[in-house]
Amino acid sequence: MTGTAPSREAAAAARLTRIGMRITLVSLAALAVVYVLAIWRTPTEAAQGFAQKIFYLHVPAAWCALLIFSVVGIVSALYLWLKDARLDHFAAAAAETGVAFSAVMLTSGPLWGKPVWGAWWQWDARLTLTLFLFFLYVGYLSLRSALHDPAERARFSAVVAILGLVLVPFVHLSVYLFRTIHPLPVVLKPSAPSLPGSMLEVLLLSLGVHMLLGLGFVLARYGIARAEAARLEVSDG
Amino acid sequence: MRPSEGPLLAATGLSRSFGALHALRGIDLELHPGETLVVFGPNGAGKSTLLRLLAGIMRPTAGEVRIAGRIVRPGDPASRRATGLVSHHSFLYDDLTLEENLVFAARLQGVAAPQVAARAALGAAGLGERAGESPRSLSRGLQQRVSIARALIHDPALLLLDEPFTGLDSASARRLRGSLAARAGEGRAAVLVTHQLAEAWELATRVAVLSAGRWVFEGPRAGSLAEFTARAEALLDG
Amino acid sequence: MGDVIRAALIVAGKDLRAELRSRTALVSALVFAALILVVFSFSRDPARLAPADLAPSALWITFAFAAMTALNRAFSVEREHAALDALLLAPVPREAIYLGKLLGNLAFVFAVEAVTLPLFAIFFNARIVGVLGGLVLTSALATIGFVAVGTVFSAMTVRTRFAELMLPVLLLPFMVPPLIGAVQVTARLLAERPLSEVAGWLRLLAVYDLIFVTICLLVFPSVVDE
Repeated sequence: MTGTAPSREAAAAARLTRIGMRITLVSLAALAVVYVLAIWRTPTEAAQGFAQKIFYLHVPAAWCALLIFSVVGIVSALYLWLKDARLDHFAAAAAETGVAFSAVMLTSGPLWGKPVWGAWWQWDARLTLTLFLFFLYVGYLSLRSALHDPAERARFSAVVAILGLVLVPFVHLSVYLFRTIHPLPVVLKPSAPSLPGSMLEVLLLSLGVHMLLGLGFVLARYGIARAEAARLEVSDG
Repeated sequence: MRPSEGPLLAATGLSRSFGALHALRGIDLELHPGETLVVFGPNGAGKSTLLRLLAGIMRPTAGEVRIAGRIVRPGDPASRRATGLVSHHSFLYDDLTLEENLVFAARLQGVAAPQVAARAALGAAGLGERAGESPRSLSRGLQQRVSIARALIHDPALLLLDEPFTGLDSASARRLRGSLAARAGEGRAAVLVTHQLAEAWELATRVAVLSAGRWVFEGPRAGSLAEFTARAEALLDG
Repeated sequence: MGDVIRAALIVAGKDLRAELRSRTALVSALVFAALILVVFSFSRDPARLAPADLAPSALWITFAFAAMTALNRAFSVEREHAALDALLLAPVPREAIYLGKLLGNLAFVFAVEAVTLPLFAIFFNARIVGVLGGLVLTSALATIGFVAVGTVFSAMTVRTRFAELMLPVLLLPFMVPPLIGAVQVTARLLAERPLSEVAGWLRLLAVYDLIFVTICLLVFPSVVDE
């Protein structure tokens, strides 16, 4: 196969992993700062109390899960078109990161919901969408682990990712239609109402940190995947 | 066919990899009408991959296959019209009768009067009275006769056979050799892949030895089976 | 275009003929329908729930199961004796294979639906005669929705070791929008609400079908071609 020579590819992969790890460490530190700010430096919301502060974690995680899923879908479409294996490695790395973010969102949601709504779960738009993203990620990753030929695995997972991406707006629309007929209780909305300045600042900071963290994870995982592929290439001779 | 026309089947630089596994590397071959190429090689040499590439159901990673000058690709249905494939799998549906199986194949191939063609094919295979049975009730040898009838229902110029002698008793093997020889006499071409060279030796006009994805020998059949087998073993060990 | 449809009909015809011969999928789908019928009927509290309230959910669970059964069979039968290779070798476009499988699966599920719907109407005491047109339309739209994507997935999962487990895992998220729409519309129709109230859902279902069938036609060749 044409492409970079094995040792150059391994070096490039190692560099990507290193960069990814560094970004991850920096963003983890930044995340700690965000936690501190969220707990001590933001006002406590009147109706929901301390539990509301989970939203600084929950909302960015949800956002990132969705953003990453779009990336997986788009990169997968590019793979089907260009057939470059690196695109497949990137999509898979992004999916592993995305499933982590959606898992965070799905656990933080109920932790927030129980004290605030009195229920562990609500079928509101955001939670439902992220639940679906989670299922789609799990499906994507399960399929990958069940296939052993790299080209077949790449092709099939690309198809799942593309179909999944097209599904997302429909899930949203379905929930919206459902909600206009069965609205949630107005009093305790799990979303963010008009935000005072300090809350918005911390939210945006948290969002930025989460995105950076996501980038770090994806790059590191991508680097590892490419290193693995390069190693297999060399061992075959 | 006029000699000035190109070969019926031509492969140039044919290669196929599965990730890090290079199944075929740089295979060239040419086949003219009436010729039969027998490909011999140990298991894992890439023989089945070669046939799938020639049939146009697998995409090469490099190189191309042309049949009657036209590039064969999965995305180009018409490029497969001249090809038939026989595998050690029967390609038959257990829930359909033999006749229904052949009618289905004939319809897909666009054969005119599919029922007539199916009945004629079963008759020629000596299975006319069993046309209403399921493939399940047939022995391996008989199933293979139906598979071959299926592959030939549209009278392809090129027949590809993957280990066709596997599991056949000597009578069925003899019958198979007879039909292939008759086809060659009518100017049809065939590529036959086997790890039992003795079974197919008489049919070959060209022989090739495949090992680890490459030809270690490719040329006209010459000499006796014993000589060639000795040579092939030497080449494969070396 | 004509080629594609002609080949698709040949493939669909073959699948239906084979299924009518063996009837395994048909029987399991109908047995499941009977099971749902019994469980739902005996588990409800007569004082709190009218039977017709349960009918939409029971109906659509049954239809979804019928679809899964058809989908599981669609490509496993091609795998048995590597018949898919013969299909791929034939001079037919890949889209025709998809379309043929889709039509075959749809015919199967529609057959189960046609038998189950009147049965459920009887046992759940639901009034379907006046709204039959709407029910048929909804059933058609929603069924196309999950079978379209399911056909692509079954072509993929048949290559994996735990195919019957893998297919529902992949397909679940894709079944939900059509199912939500179907159950909502069915419930409203049985409650004798006007068709205009459910127009939004029906539109959503139609758009879903159009978009997914198109995309599936486009990606299916990538699934079957090596």
